[in-house]
Amino acid sequence: MKHDRIERNVGLMLVLVMLAISVGGLVEIVPLFFIKDTVETVKTADGKEMIRPYSPLELRGRDIYIREGCYLCHSQMIRPFRDEALRYGHYSLAAESKYDHPFQWGSKRTGPDLARVGGKYSNDWQVQHLNAPRTMVPESVMPNYPWLLKTPLDTSDISLRMKALRVTGVPYSASQAEYQQNVKTFGEDVAKTLRIEDAEKNLIEQAKTGDYDNNPNDVTEMDALVAYLQVLGTMVDFKKFDDDYFVQFR
Amino acid sequence: MATASAAANEQYNYDIVRKFTIMTLVWGAVGMLVGVFIASELAWPFLNFDIPYITFGRLRPVHTGAVIFGFGGSALFATSYYIVQRTCQTRLFGTGLANFTFWGWQAVIVLAALGDVLGYSQGREYAEMEWPVDLLIEVVWVAYMVVFIGTLMRRKQPHIYVANWFYLAFILATALLHTFNNLAVPISLFSLKSYSLFAGAQDAMTQWWYGHNAVGFFLTAAFLGMMYYFVPKQAGRPVYSYRLSIVHFWALIFLYMWAGAHHLHWTAIPDWTSTLAATFSIMLLLPSWGGMINGIMTLSGSWDKLRTDPVMRFLIVSLSFYGMSTFEGPMMSLKDVNALSHYTDWTIGHVHSGALGWVAMISFGSLYHLVPRLWNTQMHSNKLINVHFWLATIGILLYITAMWISGIMQGLMWRAFDDFGNLQYSFVESVAAMHPFYAMRALGGVFFLSGMVLMCYNVFKTVRQGSTGPQAVMGA
Repeated sequence: MKHDRIERNVGLMLVLVMLAISVGGLVEIVPLFFIKDTVETVKTADGKEMIRPYSPLELRGRDIYIREGCYLCHSQMIRPFRDEALRYGHYSLAAESKYDHPFQWGSKRTGPDLARVGGKYSNDWQVQHLNAPRTMVPESVMPNYPWLLKTPLDTSDISLRMKALRVTGVPYSASQAEYQQNVKTFGEDVAKTLRIEDAEKNLIEQAKTGDYDNNPNDVTEMDALVAYLQVLGTMVDFKKFDDDYFVQFR
Repeated sequence: MATASAAANEQYNYDIVRKFTIMTLVWGAVGMLVGVFIASELAWPFLNFDIPYITFGRLRPVHTGAVIFGFGGSALFATSYYIVQRTCQTRLFGTGLANFTFWGWQAVIVLAALGDVLGYSQGREYAEMEWPVDLLIEVVWVAYMVVFIGTLMRRKQPHIYVANWFYLAFILATALLHTFNNLAVPISLFSLKSYSLFAGAQDAMTQWWYGHNAVGFFLTAAFLGMMYYFVPKQAGRPVYSYRLSIVHFWALIFLYMWAGAHHLHWTAIPDWTSTLAATFSIMLLLPSWGGMINGIMTLSGSWDKLRTDPVMRFLIVSLSFYGMSTFEGPMMSLKDVNALSHYTDWTIGHVHSGALGWVAMISFGSLYHLVPRLWNTQMHSNKLINVHFWLATIGILLYITAMWISGIMQGLMWRAFDDFGNLQYSFVESVAAMHPFYAMRALGGVFFLSGMVLMCYNVFKTVRQGSTGPQAVMGA
């Protein structure tokens, strides 16, 4: 076909352009939904999934993380390099973000990577740092977030949020049958936190026992955000696997 | 190209072009001002003032939205509507629909910015708008497709001019990218909050297929369309090579769609995806440089215009920056280079050499050509165009130099080991080392913004002295 023919025919040009621009995405993205190894299987010795969906409180914390644009300065994706292993820990597995809607791997490190920040600092440190970063890290360029401690967490729509995520495929349970399936997959302790009908109750209980912001009587946005940060990177017990067990999945 | 006698009988719709031209300048000034402010926040964090609405994390998408979609988008609407009419020798299809695209698009920009500062964000770069705004974009975009394709179908010239191939590809690709990247489940019809349909690695691939091709089609292919009209027009010479335009057009639009995963090298995506993206990113250098060569060589036989015409200077220098960025990009797509550059300021430097050097400068040159014709007059001051050119160039050089130094320094500091095999630097030591370069980058931005403001003034004075009466055909 001479190009002249395409230039004289809008319909033909339209069709050929659509064909040309569709191939790349089809070849690179579609297979990732069907190739099983794209997301690693990570189980405990007794067959329970190590990676679980976020609890209601953690989920609200994540939503606050997204709201404030934290991903614009902090990544959540450790690369398989020696310096990153020393600085941050084991490189990130695809499985560790399998329930992250949307993913928050980030593209910039104005601040450090947070993929395994869970448990690295105490709750007190996290609260003080979020409230006024330069009181803990003088050279930091992070903004202050004083409103987190002062704003009560709005829990009114927590079940709506979990229901929406359930539509996307996150196994929050809406029925007894789904709950039983979760007990099989994750174990009873985790399955309880995934029940949508108990969401608000679970949220308040976790805020009380976790006591993230040193004030167990009120559930603030700080509680939620710290609960989320403290769980990051903690779900996989890498000691249970050989050092290079996960390389096969790459 | 149009002959004077045929064109003189047509009544083109220039009203819509004028509207979008004005908003290009407004969003340019607003977006760049926000850019200078957030750059300053990184250098002097007290500027966040403990106010939630203006923290870096909430303002950054206001900046990217205003400059890419506000400034860039309006420039593309303005020029595509102008070019498609004149090269098809027919009035724009659907006056009412075109007006809807104008008001609809302005609403999108405003709503997106409001959402960002109030905290309604999807958490996806360059696609932060929540689902109602995404739906509005979809509707506006369908209207745009109808107007543009409708005009092509009504053309009096049998051939579709090359600029329109690029605009067509950009319009179709943007529809595809926007639709799939924004698939989400709202928590309720009465809430702005939604969750992305995909998660983890698949979501990362979808986002960067979108993100890179927002650059590839919205910021590159479309502006090449702009270039293919205004460079030959301003130079008074035909495009250098018809054959080259065919080859690089199809190669560009095909290859670009494979390159997205170079934003995800060494992350938790499969190795084969990464390697494929890197390979295609290298290949992409060729059709990109095809565009640069075709544009620059169009000036062949009229190089002296670079000495005398500041508009020509904007257009040709923009193509040089385009060539530079489309060399730097493939280099940064190599996995070993990317191991150093990813997450650093080098990426930011690269973005801005393309955004300021190519996108903004080709827009400035094109608009300086367009404005006198739209308002039946000469530019108020040719001298100020020249001042703008130098302010812009100095601004860009300050910006990218600062980011090259800071970016490579960061990358090297993070991976430095001491004699005992421990990490040499704590993370915060690299943050402290960035400060002078953050300040230098903000200064570069101030230069660039000053040029932008100067252009707004120059165009304002031009519009004041001009008229929007019956169009004389000026130098067709």
